[in-house]
Amino acid sequence: MERTEAELISAVLKGNAASFEPLVQKYSPRVFSTARRYARRESEVEDIAQEAWLKAFKKLGSFRGEAPFEHWLMRLTVRTCYDFLRRHQRNRESAFSDLTEPESDWLEHFMTQPEAVSENTDAARLLVARILERLSPPARLIITLLEIEDRSVKEIAALTGWSVPLVKVRAFRARAEMRKILAKLPKDKYL
Amino acid sequence: MNLAELQKKLIAAARTNTPGDGVPYAFEKRIMALLPSRTTTDNLVLWARGLWQAAASSVAIALMLGAWVFFNPTSGANASDLSQNFENTLLAAVDQNLQTQ
Repeated sequence: MERTEAELISAVLKGNAASFEPLVQKYSPRVFSTARRYARRESEVEDIAQEAWLKAFKKLGSFRGEAPFEHWLMRLTVRTCYDFLRRHQRNRESAFSDLTEPESDWLEHFMTQPEAVSENTDAARLLVARILERLSPPARLIITLLEIEDRSVKEIAALTGWSVPLVKVRAFRARAEMRKILAKLPKDKYL
Repeated sequence: MNLAELQKKLIAAARTNTPGDGVPYAFEKRIMALLPSRTTTDNLVLWARGLWQAAASSVAIALMLGAWVFFNPTSGANASDLSQNFENTLLAAVDQNLQTQ
């Protein structure tokens, strides 16, 4: 008979570490999917997932069972992703001079016909990934959660551990930061 | 360039890019191998549990003995005999010295 999550967690807390494995199997797809929003390289994604699971094991005693285990794990994963962003800020100052040809073409197309240009292209996706990498860690987290994943301010507050007013302030700043980065696109070519 | 419109388009592009949820092969085995060893903790837990059990049984025995003494007091004569015998034994050497003098 399959054991419930509560039974598995209780067994882990009593010292049966093997009971942790079914939890890792069940929720790793969610953890990986979240990590892939913040890290591009697969090795980095695996590092984030690994760190999130090790933290989950270490802090399992703090899980009180009031909310589903998945919510608790997602909070932990998002915070691990945020820590990762803060540790890896290497690409933030890179220039836009190295835009690929499809990215440049997409921008040029946008300049001439903003309504006609499709957002469902690899070039647009690569360009937005490049721009997200240049955002500060809090701005990137907020833009991802609020704009891309379409989460509410309250949900973001619960996930990040920030207060609702702080989330609102950071969202405002993040949008401004993104516009500032967009404004830095090669002016001679696109403006 | 309309930055707001560009921002909107790019966010829409990001929304179309749903990240995959694939997990590397045997990832859970890797995590299990990396879990901190709980052997030391287990020993400590066992030791603490043993101590608590010993403390509980000691308290139980003390309570039983207390109850036994309380509800079955030894008779006054027996008690005085016992104390007298104890005193005699303890002071036997002193008594002997007094008798020889």
